[in-house]
Amino acid sequence: MECCDISHQIDIPSGSQKIVLAGNPNVGKSIFFNKFTGIYVAVSNYPGTTLDISSGMFNPENKDNDYVVLDTPGVYGVSSFNDEEAVARDVILAADAVVNIVDAVHLERDLFLTQQIIDMGIPVIVALNMMDEAERNGLKIDIDELSSELGVPVITTTAIKGEGLEEVKNSVDKSKVGNTIFNSDFLKEELDSLAEKINSRAEALLIMEGDPNVAEKNNRQALPHREKIYKKRRHRINNIIDSVISENGENSSLGSKIGHLMLKPLTGIPMLLATLYLLYELVGVFVAQTVVGITEETFFLEIYEPFIRGIVTPIIPIESFFGQLFVGEFGLFTMTVTYTFGLLLPLVAGFYFFLAILEDSGYMPRIAALVDRLLTSIGLNGRAIIPMLLGFGCVTMATITTRLLGSKRERIIATFLLGLAIPCSAQLGVIAGLIAPLGFEYFAIYVLTIFVVYVLAGTILNKVLPGKSTDLLIDIPPLRMPRLSNVLQKTYMKSKSFIKEAGPIFAIGALIITVMQETGMLTAIQNSLIPLTVGWLQLPKETATVFIMGIIRRDFGAAGLNSLSLTAIQTTVSLVVITLFVPCIAAMMTMFRERNWKEALFIWFGSWFTAFGVGGILAYLL
Amino acid sequence: MTLAEVQKGQKFIISDISDDNIRVQALRFGISEDAGLFCEEKIPGGPVIIKRQYQEIAIGRNLAKNIKVELSQ
Repeated sequence: MECCDISHQIDIPSGSQKIVLAGNPNVGKSIFFNKFTGIYVAVSNYPGTTLDISSGMFNPENKDNDYVVLDTPGVYGVSSFNDEEAVARDVILAADAVVNIVDAVHLERDLFLTQQIIDMGIPVIVALNMMDEAERNGLKIDIDELSSELGVPVITTTAIKGEGLEEVKNSVDKSKVGNTIFNSDFLKEELDSLAEKINSRAEALLIMEGDPNVAEKNNRQALPHREKIYKKRRHRINNIIDSVISENGENSSLGSKIGHLMLKPLTGIPMLLATLYLLYELVGVFVAQTVVGITEETFFLEIYEPFIRGIVTPIIPIESFFGQLFVGEFGLFTMTVTYTFGLLLPLVAGFYFFLAILEDSGYMPRIAALVDRLLTSIGLNGRAIIPMLLGFGCVTMATITTRLLGSKRERIIATFLLGLAIPCSAQLGVIAGLIAPLGFEYFAIYVLTIFVVYVLAGTILNKVLPGKSTDLLIDIPPLRMPRLSNVLQKTYMKSKSFIKEAGPIFAIGALIITVMQETGMLTAIQNSLIPLTVGWLQLPKETATVFIMGIIRRDFGAAGLNSLSLTAIQTTVSLVVITLFVPCIAAMMTMFRERNWKEALFIWFGSWFTAFGVGGILAYLL
Repeated sequence: MTLAEVQKGQKFIISDISDDNIRVQALRFGISEDAGLFCEEKIPGGPVIIKRQYQEIAIGRNLAKNIKVELSQ
């Protein structure tokens, strides 16, 4: 990833001041951003990440200056532990002034970032947010003292009620360079001289804190002072807090009680199951059946596809190669569009909506903590629950989110398990339809087989892959009521970036399939599978076609089984094979892009082998 | 003793975190080697939830085994 220069990503008019909003995750930053910019907002993707930076123009009252305000991902500090931090770092480095939003209830955590930005020498103004919650908790904060200790203005706000926002907005020009932790006894000369050499105090600080990317950009070695500086900063913040907080009430709010119950297995597991059931009702039933019924069936298949065929076929005959390519069975303007917008978009949006609620409410980290133990046994940690959950929506989308995992090893394990044993929502509906009439016994066999394969594959990979997975270390934020506007905005942004990222992949996938079909390759592959299907899996030879169709769209594969007359055992075996068999072509291509070709091929052949291996064993046992 | 051996409800301070990256991340969350902490919850076989004032952090069990602590009264 390119480091430290955001100017070619975001259009910033020359001469305008860059105001950057920075803060820890879930401190209400977006409310400030919306207040500052109104509706004229530009969103640009940050290269190499799934992250977007929002920016907008803003004119405070009675001011002549033009300002550009930039949002950043929520972070606990400026460094490069993950993508969020790298993006926030680069935006903060470009800032003329920072509006730092601080959670009044979490001063110990939040002031670390504040002090770090102050140490960077960037003018800061602090918005001390969530004052209502601090008061409810009996927390007394001496604002004047905090302001004089930090050396920057502090404005109290309760953003969700709109209190204090206007004042912050009209005070951006009062931002100040605060009191740093560096003094003649502590690294001051070293920092000053480095700052002079590279002409940036902010970058000099990060090089002293050992940031490899900033050091490389300046052609310098990262310096080994990180821990010394962090300790000093922590010590300083603890001192500030001791002098500004006079009363410290007991946190016994309803939120903290529920939050506690969510973490205890005895109460937490039923709550998690109830949440998953809600997710199933929302996405699996409402979106997958009702909404998709309207978008895919009624709109795209009945109205859109005949319409587009009507336009194209007079010019390009549908039987020709290009006719097939554009408006054929797997055409770019037919299947690709219908699949992406009619089927996937509603499902993905439904999942992101639910996920945004889990994140904004603070429930997600509690789920991660609760399931951490299960996931560590397969070489992952609790954070991997996010891609695993998303996989039930769309494996392609989930594969992209494996980026948030802490090590390459975890990303390989998660990607493999997603490709192997997580059926996506497109497939789940059809599978459920086929297995339900067979009765509970076969349903149990199916679920149990997939689960055992999932656990075994994870356990084996965990044993054989070199290296060590990262451990869970996460902040458990207080429970808060999510704001609908925020949740909707997140859903919109994430769904949009999914379509932008995955749309072309689905198109290329459809293209490959059309070429394979037109050249007879598809039939050849289907025929080469027949010995395996008939001899080993004891299924009719037409099932081979169904398996290959599953590569195009996983639900095609499962739906194809409907037209064959299979025994209950045969249906169960085929469904197991289809689930474990390679994921759809888009997910495969995403795997190739996210991992290298060697790992992707290993995942690909690994899932072929596992699918037919397990299917055969099952056919033999039943 | 290690953080993994701390019982729910006990108060303690951290005396040593061996991993460099974890140590600095902990510092950012407010956990320095002299800070008084409280064990809020232990998920059986899973993470230890520690607390300092309003700040709660979940620490994976394997990581907790590598963090040395001293109980305080």
